[in-house]
Amino acid sequence: MNPEFFVISLLNGVSYGLLLFMLSSGLTLIFSMMGVLNFAHTSFYMLGAYFAYALSGTIGFWPALIVAPLAVGLLGAAFERYCLRRVHKFGHVPELLVTFGLSYLVLELVQLVWGRSTVPYGLPPLLQGPLFTLYGTQFPRSRSFIMLVALLMLLAVWLLLTRTRIGLVIQAALKHPQMVEALGHNVPRVFMLVFGGGCALAGLAGVIGGNTYITEPAMAASVGSIIFVVVVVGGMGSLAGAFLASLLIGILQTFAVALDYSLAGLLAHFGMPVGEGSPGWPVLKLTVSQVAPILPYLLLVLILILRPKGLLGTRED
Amino acid sequence: MAATHYRFKPWNVGRFIVWTLFALLLIAAPQLFASSLALTMLSQMGYLIIICLSYNMLLGQGGMLSFGHAVYTGLGSFIAIHAINLAGAGQLPIPLPFMPLVGGLAGLFFAVLLGYVTTKKSGTTFAMITLGIGELIAAMALMFPEFFGGEGGVTTNRVYGQALWGISFGPAIEVYYLIAVYCFACTAAMFAFTGTPLGRILNAVRDNPERVEFIGYDTQRVRYLAFCIAGFFAGVGGALAAINFEIVTGADSVSMVRSGGYLLFTFLGGATFFFGPIIGAVLLVLASVLLSELTKAWLLYLGLVFLFMVMYAPGGVASLIMMNLRLAKYGKLGRLWPSYLALAGTGLTALLGAAAMVEMGYHLQLNAALGPELPFLGASLNARGLTSWFGAGFALVTGVGLFELCRRQFLQQWGESQEEIERELKRTEAM
Repeated sequence: MNPEFFVISLLNGVSYGLLLFMLSSGLTLIFSMMGVLNFAHTSFYMLGAYFAYALSGTIGFWPALIVAPLAVGLLGAAFERYCLRRVHKFGHVPELLVTFGLSYLVLELVQLVWGRSTVPYGLPPLLQGPLFTLYGTQFPRSRSFIMLVALLMLLAVWLLLTRTRIGLVIQAALKHPQMVEALGHNVPRVFMLVFGGGCALAGLAGVIGGNTYITEPAMAASVGSIIFVVVVVGGMGSLAGAFLASLLIGILQTFAVALDYSLAGLLAHFGMPVGEGSPGWPVLKLTVSQVAPILPYLLLVLILILRPKGLLGTRED
Repeated sequence: MAATHYRFKPWNVGRFIVWTLFALLLIAAPQLFASSLALTMLSQMGYLIIICLSYNMLLGQGGMLSFGHAVYTGLGSFIAIHAINLAGAGQLPIPLPFMPLVGGLAGLFFAVLLGYVTTKKSGTTFAMITLGIGELIAAMALMFPEFFGGEGGVTTNRVYGQALWGISFGPAIEVYYLIAVYCFACTAAMFAFTGTPLGRILNAVRDNPERVEFIGYDTQRVRYLAFCIAGFFAGVGGALAAINFEIVTGADSVSMVRSGGYLLFTFLGGATFFFGPIIGAVLLVLASVLLSELTKAWLLYLGLVFLFMVMYAPGGVASLIMMNLRLAKYGKLGRLWPSYLALAGTGLTALLGAAAMVEMGYHLQLNAALGPELPFLGASLNARGLTSWFGAGFALVTGVGLFELCRRQFLQQWGESQEEIERELKRTEAM
């Protein structure tokens, strides 16, 4: 492994991990506050990308960077107000089901409006091209922009939660909703704000993730299961855990897709050549890059066996 | 009321009649619907009933929301189809009628293996873990083409060995009856399970796990056992599916879409009643075979129906039936039927308007090359014309408005009827 490959993969991994964190932070906030696992979270991510695509054609990318997340946040808040709140009394499973139904619906509607194939959502001129060149390999500006936005967002969320009045109310409502309600705060409205805010974060991730990666109807499903893994591995409801797990999984996946080693190669290295006829050949011949898609899920299973509450989690249920 | 130690238990006549009718229905269905399309659909319903019931063992009876049930049905299918291929080559002396059991044992094996991790948690975390495991297996299906058959899947020929009493399982009708026998047996077994101590404690784990732990049960073990049993029946259903189609593909059988479908329709049928998933399985076949032929937008309609069901009738179709049966039992249904008619009329108007708009939207998106005209329920709509959109929108708005008015009145009547029933119940209790 040469240093060039290592540094570039690390940077790519960190930028992908930070994008995952933008998604998982909203999911974690919503979960720790309302106990609702928002199954449609990545649908809002997809909506963010599509809204930005539609808006950047008329008002340009930079205004869309602000407007699209706000629109997604409004939709999220409306969904919380008119659908989620209605099923709140039935318990957590129906809440999860209603977001599951929403994810179906958003997918169909997106396909209805924008079609079933990829849309040409391109980068604005300012973000095109490389930011710097390391050992002859270029690192694109768009990925560094993701890192910048994610870190700014992390800072903003942290400041909002710890330094403002509404943040204190949110934190209090997280632990003791009844007490906060008794003190005269409108807790359902706080829930609505948190849900809308979480969706807006997902929308923001969509705006910058959509043009860096790809904008298509399958983008919600492809990243959806990964961020659930992130949330479980990091520990349910732990924002710091989600941060750690996002980076871990982002780096893990980025390195894995580029590695061409297999168990067969390893055995051959130690002087035990194996071939077609050897027992277990289908497993031995797989390269790391081939197993890359399942690595996050293997990590999930390992974490559940070794540390059921997650890396930084506190909940034991 | 005086408590007695001896209780006379006569035959439960109602239950006897219901099960006899179920058996008769399974026997007579292919005679009633004789076309080959109907026979295929009936066969699919047969094994989907098993699968949906096994899913409901988790969702309805155990409160475990699984997003990865297709793992167990799909792996059951794969093991069964490999077993059939081996048996066809003469290496495995198992006749076809026992192959569903092989699939069931495979489902059980994988449920024992994977369920240990899955059932460590309950509630929301459980759901996420099943999702992760489901993705894991779905991704593996593409990694091991030797077992999962890659893109083309694994094919087989279900006719092998000597035909017993002239039954070779070549014709579809013979396979249907094989499925029907398994459907009846598995349904009966799963119904019997609800009455066992394990089935009862499973309900308790769903409702109040803390108290179950206080009375000395390990909730995790109860969930694990139920998960394994559900895995067994899922495997049986999967194997029957493999026998029915003679092909299993990895991209489809263990996919998340499949798992989502089981969840959706089990819930639509009704998770709170034992017979709900049976309705769900029938709806699943009707929707995926007939509705998908009828309209391209069927997934959108399905999503909407699901969303409204979760919000307004979380007990599914089964609970709607049972609530009305309760009304009928106390003779209150007669008062409500004008409201039902009004609701149906206004709801249909709104639905027509919405459906016309959705169909025009889909037409513009998918069939733009065919011109703007599209047939809709015998009429012709112009997807680019303002009149069509205006008419559809008008129907939708009027329908929704009137529906809301009727709904308010209906809710009031409904509440009154329920109150009267409650009073009636209290009165008879007091006597």
